[in-house]
Amino acid sequence: MKSVCLFFQVHQPFRHRRYRFFDIGNDHYYYDDYANETIMRRVAENSYLPTNKMLLKLADKLEGKFKVSFSITGLALEQFELYAPEVIESFQKLAKTGCVEFLSETYSHSLSSLKDKEIFKQQIKLHDERIFGFFGHRPRVFRNTEMIYSDEIGAQIADMGYHAMLTEGAKHILGWKSPNFLYVNAINPRLKILMRNFKLSDDISFRFSNSNWSEFPLTAEKFVNWLGKLNSNEEVVNLFLSYNSFGERQTKESGIFDFLENLPKNIIAHPELRFATPSEVAEELQPVSAVSVPHPISWADEERDLTAWLGNEMQKEAFEKLYNLRKQMQKCSDRELNKDWNYLQVSDHFYYMSTKYYSGGEDRSGFNPFSSPYEAFINYMNVLSDFKIRLNSFVPEDEIGNEIAALHKIIDEKEEKIKKMEADLLRLQKGKKASNSRGSKR
Amino acid sequence: MFGWEFPPHISGGLGTACYGLTKGLSELNDIEVIFVVPKAFGDEDQSTMKLIGANNIAIIQREVQFDDIQKKIDYFEVNSSIIPYVSEDEFWKLKSGKYSRETKFVETDEGFKIDFSGTYEYNLLEEIKNYALVSEIIARNNEFDIIHAHDWLAYPAGMAAKNVSGKPLVIHVHATEFDRSGGNVNPNVYSIEREGMEMADKIIAVSNFTRNTIIEKYGISHEKVTTVYNALEPQSKEKKPLLKKGVNEKVVTFLGRITMQKGPEYFIEAANLVLKKMNNVRFAMAGSGDMMNAMITRIAELGITDKFHFTGFLQGDDVYQMFEMTDVFVMPSVSEPFGIVPLEAMQSGVPVIISNQSGVAEILENVIKIDFWDTHAMADAVYGLLNYPSLATHFKKGGKLEVDNLRWINSAQNVKEVYKSALNL
Repeated sequence: MKSVCLFFQVHQPFRHRRYRFFDIGNDHYYYDDYANETIMRRVAENSYLPTNKMLLKLADKLEGKFKVSFSITGLALEQFELYAPEVIESFQKLAKTGCVEFLSETYSHSLSSLKDKEIFKQQIKLHDERIFGFFGHRPRVFRNTEMIYSDEIGAQIADMGYHAMLTEGAKHILGWKSPNFLYVNAINPRLKILMRNFKLSDDISFRFSNSNWSEFPLTAEKFVNWLGKLNSNEEVVNLFLSYNSFGERQTKESGIFDFLENLPKNIIAHPELRFATPSEVAEELQPVSAVSVPHPISWADEERDLTAWLGNEMQKEAFEKLYNLRKQMQKCSDRELNKDWNYLQVSDHFYYMSTKYYSGGEDRSGFNPFSSPYEAFINYMNVLSDFKIRLNSFVPEDEIGNEIAALHKIIDEKEEKIKKMEADLLRLQKGKKASNSRGSKR
Repeated sequence: MFGWEFPPHISGGLGTACYGLTKGLSELNDIEVIFVVPKAFGDEDQSTMKLIGANNIAIIQREVQFDDIQKKIDYFEVNSSIIPYVSEDEFWKLKSGKYSRETKFVETDEGFKIDFSGTYEYNLLEEIKNYALVSEIIARNNEFDIIHAHDWLAYPAGMAAKNVSGKPLVIHVHATEFDRSGGNVNPNVYSIEREGMEMADKIIAVSNFTRNTIIEKYGISHEKVTTVYNALEPQSKEKKPLLKKGVNEKVVTFLGRITMQKGPEYFIEAANLVLKKMNNVRFAMAGSGDMMNAMITRIAELGITDKFHFTGFLQGDDVYQMFEMTDVFVMPSVSEPFGIVPLEAMQSGVPVIISNQSGVAEILENVIKIDFWDTHAMADAVYGLLNYPSLATHFKKGGKLEVDNLRWINSAQNVKEVYKSALNL
């Protein structure tokens, strides 16, 4: 019996507006509301809503035999609330079927795991609270941004109490080994590792509508036939996809929804196949060995490494400059600043600055609001400069600033005290008046 | 090959491009080049090709062919300072400026000078015709397979050579009258250009931008026009003693003629925006041209004269000195067929901002591209390069690597392909 583990990533970043350097210090609103709303509405209508509807139908029809899992980033949830609340409702309906597992993730879909344990932890906590708030579900399996994983990240996740983590079944890590087994973390074997079968996953999310592909057209029957032909010892097939593969990357016209509708039926009908959530896989299967990942991997590009986000000097500078603020951020309680801080960490910003495929002619334009990585970098750094100015006025970075802030705090406290006393005074006077007037009535 | 200038006696990018291409062609072992210019000074680098000065030829040949030899010969020597990138009007200005220096000329024939300047417009076109006459003689006395003429001043010479020899003609368009005049097209020049293009068997354009102009504005069939991008000579290794930057401030540079098509006013507006936000930066405008006075006035109006400097026309080593001091180079051209200066800047390791309206934008990747009119984007790019160090680092490395790979031999290879198709090989 083989388990088929379906997982979908749902994420939308808050894209920045064109933020010129003369805005620094003058204008503190960074977001392109129009683009964010338009994109969110488009993706919701083309992908999230119809796919959710389809999954709900399948869950009802197949009565508990069909299972899927999601990780929905905090920023995607915020955008749903702002622009497409019906998407949240449809996810809530899905949650009620009991066929769905929600995974843990960083709130901002951030790269914090590569920089700071404390922030990473905060991001995860924040996200889990959100998920609990919406779906009444405490995630037990973790999925890091873009499947980024290393032994160390895994060990930290194990320490935080998660029992499994998802990552890419990268060739250079697995070598001759197959991704179709359950593995464990090399440092802490209590953490189970699910490795993505990138060949079969990408057949759906990337190659499905490619008419030059030798297997075109792909049908559910054909796909399940492939699954059935896999080595009979293998125990799990991890299909991890970006959720917008349905209806966005693969358009409705390509027949992707027919494929999705027929796939579960065929899997359930197959004697050797069944659906399982990541938690079930982690609990029910026996791990075959530890997997050693000394350097972080991800599911991006041919190299399966971090170069899409931290490949060039610009990306590294932006990343360093951002997390240089983390000490100050720890002391910052301002709501707006914390919100912007979350939005600034989104990995997409760094992805826009990638020069990797700028020359390769590969079409990434659909996902990138900037015409060049340089523009993306300048824009981000301008935003960050303004954010830093604001943060400094809240949480100063040096001695004098600290002193000024302390004095400000004293003044604020005194003000507060005066206000309170004034209120007291007013109350007492009123009380006196009231008792006077009562007295006169008497 | 017919051109108008050759290093070291150059006034613009054309001479450099001709030299680079000739050198590139000579590296392909099956091509030999005879290069004809109106006047050879004798100190040109002839290691890679044979250089013929029309002035030298004329003396011998004309004795046989023409009656009024003496006058014609004088004429040609005077005409040697023709500058291919200027319009007739500008040429007159430059020419009148040169009289004071060329005292020899003034001394020998006072009356001729008056005659010359009075009817100048007519003379420029006549000179071109005379150059064409000499080219006929050269064509008769030399063995060659193909004729290659650079820019409109040399088209008539190329056409004449074709008429005499019957060999195929390739015309190389470095700029069109539309680029030079900014829409105010001189009909005489246009007709020469068009005649040349129509008679040519093949046309080479320095960018797709120029190719489109040729197809749309001159009505040439697109199959006849091929784009071959220019390249850059590797920088000589020897380090000259460098001037020290006198100020501990960032320097942003504009380098080019201060004329409408180079967009100097946009550079100034962007400078003004940057200066509002940061103080430790200076802007330099290197070059001269008919808009210089207007630009100085604008600087004064904006009240940024203390941070904005005019260097005048720079040449040779001065250009490299300027780049050594520069932190950001901007080329905000409104219309630029190619634009070799950003390549030179990149070679010197200077981060570069260019307009989308320049031909060189078609090939460069390690540069920031903006629209010339978008002064906000320009200012933002300048500010970014000055304030976010990794961006400048990225361009210094990447830019240098990129231009080092732009070799003339590759351009020459492409030119050779054009020759082959012109010869039906």
